[in-house]
Amino acid sequence: MLASHRLSLAWIGRGVEIERKFVPCTIKKGSEMIEMRYEAPRTLKAAVALLAAANGRAKVLAGGTDLLIQMRSGRIDPELLIDVKCIPELRTIAEEKGGYRFGAAVSAMELVEHEGLARMWPGVIDAVKLIGSIQVKGRATVGGNLCNASPAADSVPALVAAGALARIIGPGGRREVPVEEIPAGPGLTSLRAGEMVVSILLPKRPQRSGDAYLRFTPRTEMDIAVVGAGVNLTLNAKGVCSRARVSLGAVAERVLLLPDAAAALIGQRVDAAALERLAAAASAACRPIDDKRGTKEYRIKVAGVMARRAAQIAVKRAKGEV
Amino acid sequence: MTVKYQEKPLKIVGTRPLRPDGVDKVTGRARYAADYNLPGQLIGKVLRSPHAHARIKSIDTSKAAALPGVKALVTRDDFADMPVEYAASGELTINFRDVTRNMMAREKVFYDGHPVAAVAATSASIAREALKLIKVEYEVLPHVIDVLEAMKPDAPLLHEHQFTDGVTPKPDKPSNVAKRMVFALGSLEEGFKQADLVIEREFNTKPVHQGYIEPQACVASYTEDGQVELWTGTQGHFVFRAQLAKVLQMDVSKIRVTATELGGGFGGKNNIYNEPLAIALSRKSHRPVKMVMTREEVFRATGPTSGANVKIKMGCTRDGRITAADAELNFQAGAFAGSSVGMASMCTFTRYDLDNVRVVGNDVTVNRPKVAAYRAPGAPIAVFGVESVIDEMARKLGIDPIDFRLKNAAKEGTQTYYGPTLGPIGFVETLNRAKAHPNYRLPLGPDQGRGIATGFWFNIGKETSSTVHVNEDGTVTLIIGIVDVAGGTRATMAMMVAEEFGIDYDKVRPVVGDTSALGFNFITAGSRGTFAGGMAAVLAARDAMEKLCRRVARIRDVPPEAVAWKDGRAQPAEGSGTQFKPMSLEEIAREAGRTGGTISGHSEINAEGAGPGFGTHIADVEVDRETGSIKILRYTIVQDVGKAIHPAYVEGQFEGGAVQGIGWALNEEYVYGADGVLQNPGFLDYRVPVASDVPFIDSVIVEVPNPNHPYGVRGCGEVPIIAPMAAISNAVENAIGVRLREQPMSPPRVLKAIEAAALATTQD
Repeated sequence: MLASHRLSLAWIGRGVEIERKFVPCTIKKGSEMIEMRYEAPRTLKAAVALLAAANGRAKVLAGGTDLLIQMRSGRIDPELLIDVKCIPELRTIAEEKGGYRFGAAVSAMELVEHEGLARMWPGVIDAVKLIGSIQVKGRATVGGNLCNASPAADSVPALVAAGALARIIGPGGRREVPVEEIPAGPGLTSLRAGEMVVSILLPKRPQRSGDAYLRFTPRTEMDIAVVGAGVNLTLNAKGVCSRARVSLGAVAERVLLLPDAAAALIGQRVDAAALERLAAAASAACRPIDDKRGTKEYRIKVAGVMARRAAQIAVKRAKGEV
Repeated sequence: MTVKYQEKPLKIVGTRPLRPDGVDKVTGRARYAADYNLPGQLIGKVLRSPHAHARIKSIDTSKAAALPGVKALVTRDDFADMPVEYAASGELTINFRDVTRNMMAREKVFYDGHPVAAVAATSASIAREALKLIKVEYEVLPHVIDVLEAMKPDAPLLHEHQFTDGVTPKPDKPSNVAKRMVFALGSLEEGFKQADLVIEREFNTKPVHQGYIEPQACVASYTEDGQVELWTGTQGHFVFRAQLAKVLQMDVSKIRVTATELGGGFGGKNNIYNEPLAIALSRKSHRPVKMVMTREEVFRATGPTSGANVKIKMGCTRDGRITAADAELNFQAGAFAGSSVGMASMCTFTRYDLDNVRVVGNDVTVNRPKVAAYRAPGAPIAVFGVESVIDEMARKLGIDPIDFRLKNAAKEGTQTYYGPTLGPIGFVETLNRAKAHPNYRLPLGPDQGRGIATGFWFNIGKETSSTVHVNEDGTVTLIIGIVDVAGGTRATMAMMVAEEFGIDYDKVRPVVGDTSALGFNFITAGSRGTFAGGMAAVLAARDAMEKLCRRVARIRDVPPEAVAWKDGRAQPAEGSGTQFKPMSLEEIAREAGRTGGTISGHSEINAEGAGPGFGTHIADVEVDRETGSIKILRYTIVQDVGKAIHPAYVEGQFEGGAVQGIGWALNEEYVYGADGVLQNPGFLDYRVPVASDVPFIDSVIVEVPNPNHPYGVRGCGEVPIIAPMAAISNAVENAIGVRLREQPMSPPRVLKAIEAAALATTQD
């Protein structure tokens, strides 16, 4: 019997989870008796032990919205799936030092519906809201979005602009790294053998701060960023920008943090001229490729536009206008 | 055969009852092809070519055959070669020599995704493993993807035996141009002489997929006595049966096809793909075989419609009268000849009453999947060019775009350049209603614009049969052979039959019969469902009513001519002077068994006299000058449908067609790499519009009755996709002064055009 009848968007697509039995099992693949194991450890220690023992043939399963598609398409063929959704540290959102720490397996919809976090980091939530459909967000996780290491991941530029820190655990213990250091290239992370991301910390922020994320996609939704831009800034009492972080997605092999673009804002009133310098710096930092989702030339131009428009929203939020 | 239109008071036709298939669909009970399963069935999978063009040197299936769980394998060796023989399949013509090569490659593979072998195994994963063990040796050949490239004399040649048809003298060298056709009226030279303004432009469009939600799926069972049962998602189960009998060299009577619920077709489910493979695998394995395509397979190997290059040259007088119209249409046919260029040629200018016309069409083979029909096949491509040029003419002359079209509009009696003289049509009415619509006068903001475009489609009739059974309680079972492609066909047929009988709509249960239930029915194509299917159903009902009257004459002992059917009852015929107690359908049905047996009505017809459909669209857009993104603000469709049997389903057709046209205009395109391999075979990167990409669509139904249908019906499903590309392009020009002659108008393309225009202005 369910204790509560909470009906919210966060539960759409997660119905199965309510009654799921996390039974380790072996799945036969083909007739060659190649086997794939599924494990759902309940502690970090057990997860790390499984991961370390698998010699790189294991995959961590959180929401599975990228992993299962990659398995179905034949792009990856793991021997072990480690489902991390039963580990409490990966499933909680908690206040920490005036900011918020959330587990790597917290679903996107749980973040969207967390009032405190959404109020403090609206730009991060802008980005999380753009991941897939509501149904997909019911399963997809920000930890997975980060570790899938797509240059076009929506939540990552927003986290990078926010100055988020990732907590990593592995055979060598725990360590904390800035989020921007995790993706290394398409599908590649800087995580060492046997390591996984446990949680992400969105730090406390000063007064008069605002952040925003904008992406460009040909469709209005259900699409992948051609360019994504995250801006996080703080204004002083006179309305001058005192701190800023700017990041771009889908314009390089990984999400970029752009100090030069941030410098165009710091010490400025964020007027039209500063915004133009920001846009120029953002475009200059791009090193995109031509692919089916957009041309090089197009991405470079639109990166500046998205960065400028995101900064305008961030300023309004810092001023409390929206 | 035609049945004349008769105006009469209507009780059911024109209302909006629920469709009989609706509840099953929204509750998930509806059974689509992939929902059918048979005991002991195997799963079939297809090995596909990784090359755009290659000669097959050898195929070795021995290792795959030895894999435990593999029960059968088929390659080209399991199918007979077919001679050149043509047949109609929907709007397009097929050639069985090509059909057999498209379902399973023989000498060469012609596109990335071309089937090379198929396997049936006890599970999908074993079948997939088996595919990896099949060894195919290819000699890779140069390929050609673009239509203009393919037309060059030194282009890589697909078919060594293909000499351009329609050219005299017969060419001595083979060519990728399969056929050249010319339609002409009057004298172009004279026409251009009379013109004050001549505009000549070139346009390019990309192939687009029908984008049906349900991938192709089928289950086939071949029994030891040589009988086949097949469940498949199709627009025409009788046509599939005919094609299968041909390629499998079987008697038609030995194949029974059930058309399952269809998750969309739009012309893309007029052709067999996996069906013959599944039957052959079943024959070899002695087990039923199920095959379901993945979305990737759908994109790589089925559909789409042609990409094309279009050249338009038109002249008009200062006051806006078109004096000459010339077009050249170069259409990609895909791997085998037979694009929709013929249909497109006939639709190019047929909205206007013109004296001097020429349309040249070229059907060109390229290394892409063989094209299939797609909703008004070809017409949107040609019309995009023509309506863009007309818009430019109207703009240059300072004439309102609707007035310009009214000055030239086709009417009853207009001689078309492709043959027929038009009967009563409602084109002028759609233009007038569009002009009077409040949306045509709404103010526009900065970077917003409004565009007009129009469309014409023939609509067709063809072979159709239907049966109505009067059940023992007075209800009616209606069996139709028109596949309900999800547009509401069952509902509209039941409505017309209920109207005829004078009984309630819910007393008629419409069912799509399998191929053993009725005589041959042509495919659901050419917007013929409600026209031809409706005519057949009405005639079947009238046949039953005649029998009912004769039965009542016998029961009441009066002369047969003294009985007439009226208001759901057999009554004394007016003026017959005979009196008897009328009998209701229920009363007759109750006594039918004892008085001569069950009463059923039949009709087997070749429906003729389909009424052409015309539409006028108004698109309002806003362009983001910094990103090139186009937002559709409003969309208005005004179309003559003759008579809307079920207005909500007519509006559904308007909206669906417009949304597909919007997708074509904005973002849909195939992206091929330099290697000729398709790079975006999925809905993530092949961008059909999502709900938030399209606005609320305003539909205006115009009803100018078709004199050749009992209720005045014309087809309505195809016209709505014709105008959107042109209407949106015209609106973009109106918004930002930049005209796009290449589709789709994706953001990178729009931004580039904006920048090029800005550069041109500064250089001026």
